[in-house]
Amino acid sequence: MTEPSKPEILRMARAFIEAIPHARELGMELTELGPGMATIVMPYDSRLIGDPATGVLHGGAISVLMDTASGAAAMSHPSQPLSAATLDLRIDYMRPATPGQAVRARAECHHVTRSVGFVRVIATDDDEARPVAMGNGAFTLERQQRKGPGE
Amino acid sequence: MSMRPRPEPVQVVKARRDAALAWLSGGIPYVRFLGIQFDRRGDELTAILPYADKLIGNPAIPALHGGVTSAFLEVTAIVSLAWTSLWEEFETGRIDPQELLDGRGLPSLPRTIDFTVDFLRSGLPRDAYARARILRTGRRYASVLVEAWQDNREKPFALGSVHLLMPQPAGS
Repeated sequence: MTEPSKPEILRMARAFIEAIPHARELGMELTELGPGMATIVMPYDSRLIGDPATGVLHGGAISVLMDTASGAAAMSHPSQPLSAATLDLRIDYMRPATPGQAVRARAECHHVTRSVGFVRVIATDDDEARPVAMGNGAFTLERQQRKGPGE
Repeated sequence: MSMRPRPEPVQVVKARRDAALAWLSGGIPYVRFLGIQFDRRGDELTAILPYADKLIGNPAIPALHGGVTSAFLEVTAIVSLAWTSLWEEFETGRIDPQELLDGRGLPSLPRTIDFTVDFLRSGLPRDAYARARILRTGRRYASVLVEAWQDNREKPFALGSVHLLMPQPAGS
């Protein structure tokens, strides 16, 4: 298998994000991409507040961001899956995201098998030394059909 | 003899409970953003996520965004848990429901410690429903299971398991 070129991967991943209505709705932007790695930023948005007393974003909005970044990381794996869908995702919330700050999710697809991609993801705000949340997920990968009836 | 007042007419009780629920769920901006509503039967809640185009994650299938499904489960867990605490407080008379409805701020909500979601099938482009089962609730921690389904109650499309930190009373 030939390695896809860097611009090719970037183009595919941008298209992947832009084609997601819910990612557009939240203003998500793909800021970094590497083989099996993706960083997506979500701006602070008062519609996403979970605790009106403090203005802290709802954990659900952070989940959406982490899920999207994880999917993008799986899609950009050098083994070039055709599509990736979340099988499961576990997220640990370490602290509330600081109100007013964008949240950044950096995901890495650290291992793939023929049909599954394993991803870890970290969400941070401006204080990058103290993560807001960390997650681990498994993604189903769809691949080009191989020849032969056994597959 | 206790000083309990006579039971109120059923419509008064219902109106107060419904208003309290609307106040709880409507007070959270993210719940309004996703359009999540709650159907109440006694103290049992069913969360409803009405379909909207903005909730789509994969336009090719099309399917709901997996993150939206996670968020729906998490919202259901938090609101159901907060509702259970609130219910006990006003049904036992520890807090005055009228005071709640007269514009006091939302109570402190439980906070998610960790959250695991299993995606069993892709979310179809239609309404989704979810119910939470509170497995354990203590003074500090709670464990909640949440199940979401669409057309067929027997075929859930996502399951969530949530651990939450209970809000601590002021001064503790």
